[in-house]
Amino acid sequence: MRSTNRSHARRTALQAAAFLVAATALLAPAQQPAPAPSAPPVVPSSPTSRFVVVLDAAHGGDDSGARIDSGSEKDVALALSVKLRSLLAARGFQVITTRESDATLDAVHRAEIANRSGAQACLSLHATESGSGIHLFASSLTPAAPTRIPAWKTAQGGFVTRSLALAGVVNSALQHANIPVTVGRTALPGVDSMTCPAIAVEIAPLHPANAAITSPADPAYQSQIAEALAAALLEWKTEARQP
Amino acid sequence: MIRRYQTVLFVILFAASVVMGVVLWQLRERAHQRLITGQNSTPTQAPEVAPAEKATFLVANDADSSLLGQEQILPLPQDPGARARLILGKLLDIYAASNALHPVPGGAASIEEVFLLPVPSSETSRPTSSRPASASRPPTEDSTGPQLAVVNLSSAFVAGHPAGIETESLTVLSLCGTLHANLPRVAQVRFLVDGQPRATLAGHADLTRTYLAAGAVSPEGAQQ
Repeated sequence: MRSTNRSHARRTALQAAAFLVAATALLAPAQQPAPAPSAPPVVPSSPTSRFVVVLDAAHGGDDSGARIDSGSEKDVALALSVKLRSLLAARGFQVITTRESDATLDAVHRAEIANRSGAQACLSLHATESGSGIHLFASSLTPAAPTRIPAWKTAQGGFVTRSLALAGVVNSALQHANIPVTVGRTALPGVDSMTCPAIAVEIAPLHPANAAITSPADPAYQSQIAEALAAALLEWKTEARQP
Repeated sequence: MIRRYQTVLFVILFAASVVMGVVLWQLRERAHQRLITGQNSTPTQAPEVAPAEKATFLVANDADSSLLGQEQILPLPQDPGARARLILGKLLDIYAASNALHPVPGGAASIEEVFLLPVPSSETSRPTSSRPASASRPPTEDSTGPQLAVVNLSSAFVAGHPAGIETESLTVLSLCGTLHANLPRVAQVRFLVDGQPRATLAGHADLTRTYLAAGAVSPEGAQQ
C-alpha cells in the first residue's frame, strides 16, 4: 500500500516537471526581443533560396521522339540533361531533372515538376535531324500579367517576357561558343504550362563549311552545348541576383 | 404431201426471220456508229472548271527556319472551303517534292477537308472555342466577319511528318500563314486529324489550341 502511494507521488512529480519544462519552452520565444523594424531582411540559407534550374529531357519510355541516326531523340535529350546537370551542380545550382532514366512522362507531369520547384530557369531539351545548329524556342503565348491562379495550358503567358530574356542570354552564350542558333517561338505542350522562365532547346546537326556533318548524338557536340548552356545559366543567375 | 396451210406458215415464218435479221443488222450498225461518235467527242483539251488566279504560298525553309512568300497562278474554285483545301493541298505538294526545302511526305491528299466557320461574336475577342462542334452550324455566306478555319489532316500525313520542334512549327505556321494570305477573313485556325483532336503534330507542335492565322497564339485561345 505504501509502495503504491510512493509511486503515485513520483508520477505526479514527474508530470509537474514535464508541465514546467513545456511551459518554459512555449514562453521562451515570447521572451525574445522582437527584431528592430529598421533591420534589413535576412535571406534564410535554406535550400529553397538556392538558384533552381529544371532540366526536362524530352520524351522517354514509349515515346522515342525523333529518330537521330540509329538512336532516338529521347536518348540524346537524356544524355545532354545528364551532362548539363553535372556542370550546373558543380557551379552551385540546384538542379531538378524531370527524368533520370528511360521513363515515360507526359507533358502535364513535366510541368508539374517544374512548377513545384519554383525554378528560376526551366530548359526543355530536344533533338532533331532537320535544320542545323541549335533551335531555341520560347512560348508563342501572348505575354500576360502573372496571376495567382493561371489557366493550366496558358500558365507560361505570365512568364513569356522573362522566357524571351532567358532565350536571349542562351542565344548569346551559344553564339559565343560558335554554335549557330535559330531563335523562334512555338506552342509546345508542357512548356506552355510552366510557371517559370522556360525555353526549349533543340539540338540539330551541325553543318560546318568544310567538314563532316556533326550529329546531335555526338558526345563532343553535346558537351560543347552543355558548356555553353551552363555558361548562359551562370550569366542568367548573375542577372537575376542583381537588384 | 405438204398441206397448203403449212406452206403458208413456212413462208410467213421465213419472211419474219429475214425481217428480224435485217432489223438486228441495222441496230448493230447504229450502235457501232454511236460508239464511233462517242470516241470522236472525247475532249482533247482539259475543261476549264475555274478561272486562273494568283495564289500566295508561305513556303517553309528548314535551313534558316524561314517562311518565304511564293506566288503561283492556279485555277481556283469560287467556293472558299474548296479554295482553301486546294491551296493547302498545293502547298503540301511543294513539300512533297523531291527537292523541297521543307520535306514532308504526303502531298495534297493530306488535306482531307477545310471547314470555314464564322467566329462567334463572343469569341471574336476571346477565342476559347476548342470544339469544332460549331461545324454543325452552317456559315453565313454574306458574313464579313472573321472566320475560323478547321483543317482536317489525314493520319498518314501526321504519321509521316518528320519529328522536331522547328520542322513541326514551320509546317503549322506555313499552313496558317498561307490560309490567311489567300483568305484574309481567316483569323483563327484549328487542326484535326481524321476528324479527331490530336495532342501534337509529330510529338512537339501543339495541335489542341487555336492558332491565330496572322500571329502568335493568344493566351485565351487555348483549350482550357
